[in-house]
Amino acid sequence: MSLELILFILFAAVAAVSGILMITRSNPIIAALFLILNFGSLAGLYLLLNAQFIAVVQVIVYAGAIMVLFLFVIMLLKPGHETLVSKIIGIKTFSFAIAALVFIQLAYLIFFSHPGSSIKPDVAASINAGTVETIGRELYTNYVLPFEAAGFLLLAATIGAVVLAKKKFQ
Amino acid sequence: MPIPIEYYLVLSAFMFITGVAGVLTRRNAIVVFMSIELMLNSANLTLVTFSSYLGNPVGQLFVFFVMTVAAAEAAVGLAIIIALFRNKLTMNIDEINILKW
Repeated sequence: MSLELILFILFAAVAAVSGILMITRSNPIIAALFLILNFGSLAGLYLLLNAQFIAVVQVIVYAGAIMVLFLFVIMLLKPGHETLVSKIIGIKTFSFAIAALVFIQLAYLIFFSHPGSSIKPDVAASINAGTVETIGRELYTNYVLPFEAAGFLLLAATIGAVVLAKKKFQ
Repeated sequence: MPIPIEYYLVLSAFMFITGVAGVLTRRNAIVVFMSIELMLNSANLTLVTFSSYLGNPVGQLFVFFVMTVAAAEAAVGLAIIIALFRNKLTMNIDEINILKW
């Protein structure tokens, strides 16, 4: 068993278990903390996949900025525990059954189509693809218009968030 | 990379399904939002996996753009939740039905 496989199993187990704990905890603050754990282990998986830039961005943007925003809103609103389950009886079993069915379908599809047979991993190309240099070069040459559009989207979201959160509509 | 690509894909599918189950079962609007973030992240994992195994950086660029959209979505969505909480003093999505006819 190689070190890479051991690390993969470790990170994958943490990601899966923290995801399940996230949707089952009734306290939203604890759910948010489990989601941060999930994002951290995903960053580890990205490092295993030689995607250094995305791993760092995952920690800074997701686990840092976005989850701090979530925690701020949760603590501002202080929602407390979820008591009322739902008005529809049996929605929980129904949705878990649907989710399990879809998962079985997806897993069957993945193993049946067997993408590993047609994709030959090239470690040198993979390491080259994940560096800041490669991604930055692509971003500022071939993808410069989407990049500018992303900046505009963030500006629009900032203005929208300020307007929405400020306005007292009655 | 000795790990088969299927392992990453199955993990990603599992995380996506966890997010779907969270959206369907939870009643707290913020937790529903966090489940959506989980689903976005599982899609990101698939993109990075294929990008890495094919040695093509475009998949990781798409992850960058998905993260931008997720940040914008989180900012606007949380602002909407704050505005709704001011109005209705609740975050239970069963009680927030002002758009329901």
